[in-house]
Amino acid sequence: MSPRRARAASEGGPAGDRRALARAITAVETGADGADELLRAAFPRTGHVPIVGIAGPLGVGKSSLINLLVGHLRDMGRTVGVIAVDPSSPFSGGSVLGDRIRFDRPAADAGFFFRSMASRGAPGGIAGTTRDVARLLEAAGFSVILVETVGSGQVDVAIRDVATTRVVVLVPHLGDEVQTLKAGLFEIADVFCVNKSDLPGADVAERDLAEVASMGPAPDGWRPRIVRTSTLAPSGVPELWRAIEAHERFSADSPGRLADRRRRLEEEIVGRVRDLVAEEAATRLRTEPRLRRLVDRVVAHELDPRTAAERLLAEGRR
Amino acid sequence: MAKATAKPRRGPVRILIAKPGLDGHDRGAKVVARALRDAGMEVIYAGLRQTPEEIVRAAIEEDVDLVGLSILSGAHMALFPRVLRLLKREGASKIPVFAGGIIPDEDAKRLRRLGIRAIFGPGASLAEIVQTAQRLARGAA
Repeated sequence: MSPRRARAASEGGPAGDRRALARAITAVETGADGADELLRAAFPRTGHVPIVGIAGPLGVGKSSLINLLVGHLRDMGRTVGVIAVDPSSPFSGGSVLGDRIRFDRPAADAGFFFRSMASRGAPGGIAGTTRDVARLLEAAGFSVILVETVGSGQVDVAIRDVATTRVVVLVPHLGDEVQTLKAGLFEIADVFCVNKSDLPGADVAERDLAEVASMGPAPDGWRPRIVRTSTLAPSGVPELWRAIEAHERFSADSPGRLADRRRRLEEEIVGRVRDLVAEEAATRLRTEPRLRRLVDRVVAHELDPRTAAERLLAEGRR
Repeated sequence: MAKATAKPRRGPVRILIAKPGLDGHDRGAKVVARALRDAGMEVIYAGLRQTPEEIVRAAIEEDVDLVGLSILSGAHMALFPRVLRLLKREGASKIPVFAGGIIPDEDAKRLRRLGIRAIFGPGASLAEIVQTAQRLARGAA
């Protein structure tokens, strides 16, 4: 993609060229030529808006809740980009992305952009490129980004490193308070949301979560808020947004959160180096005769894979 | 470090499956969605009671390679041409559209002339639908 197209895409937000934005997302998602250029152009315009991760098990009502949250935000005049991630089949690679069904924004609403993403084999509840797609949406001018994860298992916590505020959505009767002590999903919540709170048992769920929230001295002083919502007879959505905003304000000048942000970006750089080196190594192993002979020796068990890897890296540095 | 060899990668085919109009159920569309998933496609399932405006918006935002419309109500002659017109207005008339449902032969002929690329009736096999979708997504006629 040309730099001009890249700029067009990064300006394709509210009232911009939606098609260019949609295509830019595809380019980033598939790692097409031009994706780097797009992200380079977008990055300086990012890092300022809330990126809210909405995680939680399958069927707790994440999509319906986000639909109401979008309505609330639009009523307040905020523009909203939504990324909804669903799993790819480990067997066929295909997927059914069905979150769009829950959304009832008018087709003419230019302040709203919805994109479904398949996880494409990435573990952790989001796709490998979800963070970059969120950046494209922010650079395009949307003032809040909502990311719905795959219906999470207990350890699907990749959203932690993408979102600025993490909401974990639960429902009554998911288990006793021992469940809430377990590692993983419960540890990443900045806000707990007890959805379907019209059902009996919401009190108990809220009490159990309050206990989790009050138990550990949070390392940076933030205690997860707990909000009750219902999407059946809509309630609690403004409170949910206020809790998210409270966390955003807290994060803005928390030294712990700043350090965390630095750590995440470091990890992202290292991850990118890993990808680039691995890609290059794979290509060279297949194409350079001398390296092919190296592999032959490993196949013959004359040389071990670790030593071969070191030699390959050493050759690259020459 | 040497730049990794540039190779344009294509992701899985992305397809929008939607039901324009006021159909009461979407069993058939779901069966097709599942078959397309099993063929390795990413199916954006928009479901029931979609307006042509919503369908076209979804097709644009999701940057799909093709659109499949399913309809049982009999309103296809009003709704399908409108989808095609709106796609054209958005500069997206290159996105192929195919259809399935209860569509009399005579209407099917007219819809093909208007630009619906393939039409499947109640007897169509899933294999046939999947093959057609793959062919259309590759940009073949």
